[in-house]
Amino acid sequence: MLAYVLRRLATMIPVMFIAITVCFFILRLAPGGPFDGERPLPPTILQNLAAHYHLDKPLIEQYLIYLGNVLTGDLGPSFIQEDFSVAEQIAIGLPYTFVIGGLAFFTAIIVGVAAGVLGALYQNKWPDYLTAAIILIGLILPNFLIAPILQLIFGVELGWLPVGGWGGGSWKYLVLPIAVLAWVHAARISRLMRGSMIEVLNANFIRTAKAKGLGERLIISRHAIKPALMPVVSYLGPAASYLLTGSLVVEQIFGLPGIGRFFINAALARDYGMVLGTVIFYMVLIIFLNLLVDIAYAFLDPKVRTR
Amino acid sequence: MILYSARRAALMDDAARAAPKGRSLAADARRRLMQNKAAVFSLFLLGLVIILALAGPWFISHDYETPDWGALRSMPSFGNGHYFGTDQNGRDMLARTLYGTRVSLLVALIATLVSVCIGVLYGAVAGYVGGRVDQAMMRLVDIMYALPYILFVILLMVIFGRNVFLLFAAIGAIEWLTMARIVRGQTIALKEREFVEAARASGQTTFGIILRHIIPNLTGPVVIYAALTVPEIIVTESFLSYLGFGVQEPLTSLGTLISEGADVMEVMPWLLGFPALFLVSLLLSLMFIGDGLRDAFDPKDR
Repeated sequence: MLAYVLRRLATMIPVMFIAITVCFFILRLAPGGPFDGERPLPPTILQNLAAHYHLDKPLIEQYLIYLGNVLTGDLGPSFIQEDFSVAEQIAIGLPYTFVIGGLAFFTAIIVGVAAGVLGALYQNKWPDYLTAAIILIGLILPNFLIAPILQLIFGVELGWLPVGGWGGGSWKYLVLPIAVLAWVHAARISRLMRGSMIEVLNANFIRTAKAKGLGERLIISRHAIKPALMPVVSYLGPAASYLLTGSLVVEQIFGLPGIGRFFINAALARDYGMVLGTVIFYMVLIIFLNLLVDIAYAFLDPKVRTR
Repeated sequence: MILYSARRAALMDDAARAAPKGRSLAADARRRLMQNKAAVFSLFLLGLVIILALAGPWFISHDYETPDWGALRSMPSFGNGHYFGTDQNGRDMLARTLYGTRVSLLVALIATLVSVCIGVLYGAVAGYVGGRVDQAMMRLVDIMYALPYILFVILLMVIFGRNVFLLFAAIGAIEWLTMARIVRGQTIALKEREFVEAARASGQTTFGIILRHIIPNLTGPVVIYAALTVPEIIVTESFLSYLGFGVQEPLTSLGTLISEGADVMEVMPWLLGFPALFLVSLLLSLMFIGDGLRDAFDPKDR
């Protein structure tokens, strides 16, 4: 098991390296910069700024300095928000993004698996059609369209839930963002779950269990669910990365102070230090989450470990 | 020579008259697609939306950027000729929605075209050449898969700035990964077939074989996946426009319109409703057409 984890980690190093390199050079080769304001700065100040951020050195040297800093965990300064380093801004936003993303992740799994099992057990009966219809909404409507509709219904018309803001983390403020973020993933998970559950229910070992006289409840909970979960587990890695990027839009719509908003504002302001730092942070996070999911998969399916 | 081809034409004519008419793969697929009610309905809907978007602006008397000062924030009405109402600046929403649909479709077409070209060529070369080359090429695809796609697009956005069409060519250049994987898999299966072996034996170059013999035989999966790529890119474009990175004023796209409409949905719901309706019709029909194509080309794989 340890060897498996180490091997996976080793393959991640070149991925990270290439990703950082590509992002760095793409951003630096772009025309324009963070100091091209409405009012041009005096050249001496520009020179000082450039010297401060190492922008006056040759590109390759800048790259090596940056790479060295990243290796020691220093993501560098933000070019626009001068009082905060990139790492500090990420640290401020991270808890919000984690709460929303994490809760949405578990909501998607629970709702998706439940809906999938329901669909498989009542195949082509009304519960199946009902879940299929709800799934279809999640698959077709992009989250930036679902969000205003839900805000309009539950926030404005019914007045049950606030339309945005953090509200000190009270559950009322979390319901809508989590619903919007989780919907499409719950939909995909339930599709996977329904398909694999139908397949498992037709398998020989389930017939044996039935022949043994086990009750249906026991067959499903003890025998059918675990093997049927495998495709769902393999979807969780991509799902985690989609959730992180999906939170960009959700944070923007609901006015939540997570990393996504920092990232978007930085990209709009061409704050290269912040954009690069956030992208690198996101990538490390996603790669790490993928690794976790793969390890979980290896635990559930011994065939993977030995490969 | 002339004699020979005339004789051959006569022979083929005879054969065509005598033998029952053979069904090509494409004809078979078309028949199956036409039996799929959801797909046929979607084709009609998609056709309608496209015709409206292309021809509609000629038939309405307002254009998408000129304000009508006499009808600011007008509700949809037949009385003043603004069938979809107007926005805060008095611009006709029907014209804006149709124009936005045009931009969204155009952007999706450009990006899909780019992604198909790169994906097919890349996948076919990797699959056909095989060995070390294949491994290196696919490792690159794996690495790019690990990068969060939207972040990369936003990075590109920062660079390409406001040139929308260049940007979507760039999105297409990232979107080709899945296409390359599918094409590679198909190519590996194809390259063992007799007709490829015959081409190789007759001395065709590797590149010639890929272009003449491999790629034409990939039409089915490529068409299916391209059909599924179009809605994905429409969503990406809307997503970017929604965040403020995409199409800029006075030009508009469905995403920009939805973003503007969502801000004022309580007081002027028609600003959100009509663009949303067009976006959903596009996505819905493209999705069902994509699914229908998949079932039609590969009836086993359901």
